[in-house]
Amino acid sequence: MSKEKQKTDAKMVDIVIDDKKISVPFGTMLLDAARQNGFEIPTLCYHEDLSRAGGCRMCIVEIEGQRALTASCAYPITAPINVQTTSRRVREARKTTLELLLSEHCGDCYSCVRNGNCELQTLAKEHGITQLPYGHPTEKSRVTETLSPSIVRDMDKCVDCGRCVRTCKELQGIGVFEAVERGFKKEITTFQDKPMAEVGCINCGQCVNRCPTAALTERDSIEEIWAAINDPNKHVVIQTAPAPRAAIGEEFGLDPGQAMTWQLNTALRKCGFDKVFDTNFTADLTIIEEGTELIQRLYKNLVQKDASAPLPQFTSCCPGWVKFIEHVHPEMLDHLSSAKSPQQMFGAIIKTWYAQLNDIDPENIVSVSLMPCTAKKFECNRPELRDSGLKDVDYVLTTRECAKMIRESGLHLPSLPPSDFDDPFGTATGSGVIFGNTGGVMEAALRSVLEFVTGLKVEDIFANANILPVRGMEGCRFAEIKVPDEVGPVPELIAHLVPNWDWLKGQTVRVGIAHGTKNARKILDDVAAGGFFSTCHFIEVMACPGGCIGGGGQPIPTSPAIRQARTDAIYKEDMAYGAKSVRKSHENPAVARIYKEFLTEGPCSHKSHELLHTSYWPRGKFIGSW
Amino acid sequence: MNIRNEVTFASIRPKDGLTAALGKDRDVVVEEVLRSGLKGRGGAGFPTGVKWKLAAEAKAEEKYIICNADEGEPGTFKDRVILAEWADLVFEGMTIAGYAIGAKSGIIYLRGEYGYLRQALEDKLALRRTEGLLGDDVMGKKGFSFDIHIHMGCGAYVCGEESALIESLEGKRGESRNRPPFPVSEGLFGCPTVVNNVETLAWVAAIFALGPDWFKHVGTEKSSGYKLLSISGDVAHPGVYEFPMGTKISAILKAAGAERPKAAVVGGASGILVPAKDFKRAICFEDVSTGGSIIVLSEDRDFLDILENFQEFFADESCGQCTICRLGNVKLLEGIRLLKEGRCTTKHLQELCTLGSSMRAASKCGLGQASPNMFLSILQHFKGEVLGRPQADDHFVNKRKAS
Ligand SMILES: Cc1cc2nc3c(=O)[nH]c(=O)nc-3n(C[C@H](O)[C@H](O)[C@H](O)COP(=O)(O)O)c2cc1C
Ligand code: SF4
Repeated sequence: MSKEKQKTDAKMVDIVIDDKKISVPFGTMLLDAARQNGFEIPTLCYHEDLSRAGGCRMCIVEIEGQRALTASCAYPITAPINVQTTSRRVREARKTTLELLLSEHCGDCYSCVRNGNCELQTLAKEHGITQLPYGHPTEKSRVTETLSPSIVRDMDKCVDCGRCVRTCKELQGIGVFEAVERGFKKEITTFQDKPMAEVGCINCGQCVNRCPTAALTERDSIEEIWAAINDPNKHVVIQTAPAPRAAIGEEFGLDPGQAMTWQLNTALRKCGFDKVFDTNFTADLTIIEEGTELIQRLYKNLVQKDASAPLPQFTSCCPGWVKFIEHVHPEMLDHLSSAKSPQQMFGAIIKTWYAQLNDIDPENIVSVSLMPCTAKKFECNRPELRDSGLKDVDYVLTTRECAKMIRESGLHLPSLPPSDFDDPFGTATGSGVIFGNTGGVMEAALRSVLEFVTGLKVEDIFANANILPVRGMEGCRFAEIKVPDEVGPVPELIAHLVPNWDWLKGQTVRVGIAHGTKNARKILDDVAAGGFFSTCHFIEVMACPGGCIGGGGQPIPTSPAIRQARTDAIYKEDMAYGAKSVRKSHENPAVARIYKEFLTEGPCSHKSHELLHTSYWPRGKFIGSW
Repeated sequence: MNIRNEVTFASIRPKDGLTAALGKDRDVVVEEVLRSGLKGRGGAGFPTGVKWKLAAEAKAEEKYIICNADEGEPGTFKDRVILAEWADLVFEGMTIAGYAIGAKSGIIYLRGEYGYLRQALEDKLALRRTEGLLGDDVMGKKGFSFDIHIHMGCGAYVCGEESALIESLEGKRGESRNRPPFPVSEGLFGCPTVVNNVETLAWVAAIFALGPDWFKHVGTEKSSGYKLLSISGDVAHPGVYEFPMGTKISAILKAAGAERPKAAVVGGASGILVPAKDFKRAICFEDVSTGGSIIVLSEDRDFLDILENFQEFFADESCGQCTICRLGNVKLLEGIRLLKEGRCTTKHLQELCTLGSSMRAASKCGLGQASPNMFLSILQHFKGEVLGRPQADDHFVNKRKAS
């Protein structure tokens, strides 16, 4: 045998699963090996994104020679083994586990939000649970918490899998939940059983996405929205963000990665919304405002040596991230762009400019937004986001809730004919679309800033205007973009802010990107300590893994592959704009129009500051009411 | 202190074992522990030499020796006696282990309820430091540094399970870990770690003082040496006894003055029930193995009372991460109460037996796996006695109780 062959052989281990011989790389987890080879093994506390707890004991199998059964999810294969995935002991233990779980699970499947998409329900079905020898509670005995503006926690449906605990700690670096007590008193709760809203929860909803049952769900706004639609005096508008459009098909049985943008417009109109707008319009506006702010900050810091608005500038469009920095590094709030998120910019514009244009009393406008995000529900309730004099956005619908409304209307989304967005915001750009992906805001901003500065087309700098260095799924990323030696004239739109671009000639713009607040914390700590990321000029942070496409309001389940498929769908939609219209925010004609007709003093001016910018709260580690 | 017969430890001169061990090469030390046939005294009976060898072979900057002094098994109190009377032997055993595997620090995980022992232990440790038995270059052995500190447990039974103990030492919730990896390769803070019971470590010191062959020649083929037992329950002379491995239960009960014994609970709540007809069985790893507790039950005892008590313990003490242990123990407890009230149907009893065997098979750690033992053994040996109780709300029973 050649040396090379010996080496590769040494890394493989021969095992037998249910009499089938297979060869797997040394250290592969038994569950993964089994699933890759077509063996079905049920799981409950396992989740692809999380560490392996091995606690629910659903994935147990028999390994020959071992007295007890083994949790396959957490068993690394390091030697040849003979495994039985189905045996009397395995079957009885799994069934017993489910019967025990159901003995403390209070809730009726038919009136449950997760009906049809509940792992417990599915397991019960698959394991032939027809009798409940240990009973089934009919009265609630545990906490139901509805104080969070974003998330409802119904502990009577909790199966103690600990996925929320691990999500919050491992992915988000927060730790809102923890198991307390032991024995039958063990439960998953918050610090001192305080409401989630009081213990530094950022409302990202990642726990909701990974809860196998309906113990964690979004706070539902559907009834309020139906009521508004039913009220003839109300003008009900909805803006839709790109990430839910890329994912909502999954709620109707489609494979991940098929955007439903245009069918959704039809569906929402059929549901009774008076107007359907594209959040991308204000995503483009955000780019102009935030990009301009960046240019201002760069000019102040690099030329005028004025550090009052420090670098790096952080993006501010993600409400989970904003609340996170308010808690963990409140002293760094002056790094946050003051630009509002696209959702809130839209809210302010609808109840001002749009109301004026159409002669509607803003009091009668009900402004709804479709978001991939539970934190947006919190954001629209922030007391400072009422610049129209009213609540700028009244209700936020998550992707899941929106699918529910569509189903309630008896519609099958994928079968509907496509239709366009309503004016005057109809036209959007690909830059707005890619906001849904991690790195998207950065890319959109760079597309515009580079064109502003160089006077060139981005396509001439990056093929197809795809700024690949900022894309990807790595948790913390860094990229350098070189400004050419040739610069152009300052465009009229921002001529009031900088005299020329000479100071940027040949400079290197350093940018950072993080997604998942655990990664955000790494970058924040690094910036605070004067580390590598403190040399960046601009840093994009999204609270959710993958960015908005992995948001806490998106269809369940989630996994790296599902998020990748949604990401691809978003980039595909961006490319589609190349053919039919524009892909850069500053080229959006509706954006040009609003600066001409309404925000006449231009970006980052007095009026835009009033309507499109905001301020933040240094919350700190303070535990108490939000 | 309730020491009822002659215990070898009393005759071992401190420093003898340590001096002998430090005079040998590290691998010889491991070799001699292997040769002595010493097996863990904490309950599982894993060969101590094998454990040390694995840890000695593991390559790492840092390694740890942990002395498991959590002694939480109901009816077990021999480690307390060892720590109170012969702590120096335990410290020596830890130091020898440190030398053998290449660890610099040792930790005693002391049961919370034994807090009153702590000061005396700290004083002894301080003295050992001044005598050069701990610290840099122990007993003048160049390059071998070792120190010991004490960490208090907090009253959770599961923290006696070695991986939960390690989690607890790391400042986390005491929950047992998935294995592999085992502590010998990835233990405390990911470093190779040897966890040994108090008694195991004290025997190590004795083995080096008297030689591995002395130990090997006591006991049975697969169970070398002596075993300390905590004997309680319906006996005239409860306390700690030393017996050679392989001693018959009947002989032990006789020595302790058992009173009309109906059965003996060997190994505490997690152990097994040995009915009187089986008292000829022997205490050793080949037959009835135990971490060190024997609770004698006389003819007057009601098994269901005992069971209920043990089951309450498990329902409280499960760490709660496995569904089957956390809820299974509650359901067994409810079942036992139903049996007491004469309301458990045979169908439900059957379900409870399946539950018990599933708990044994599918729980993650020894706690859940052993928790149904007593229930299953009582049903096996004394089914007649626990079935057919009069129903609690039976008119006649109530009347009888009232009068
Ligand atoms: C629930 C549970 C509790 C345990 N409690 C103890 C204990 O209190 N003391 C002890 O030495 N071992 C205890 N053990 C055994 C330990 O896990 C471990 O096997 C032992 O400390 C190893 O030491 P040894 O090899 O010297 O026996 C317990 C095991 C389980 C499953
Ligand atoms: S068997 Fe019980 S004590 Fe052990 S890990 Fe599982 S729940 Fe915890």
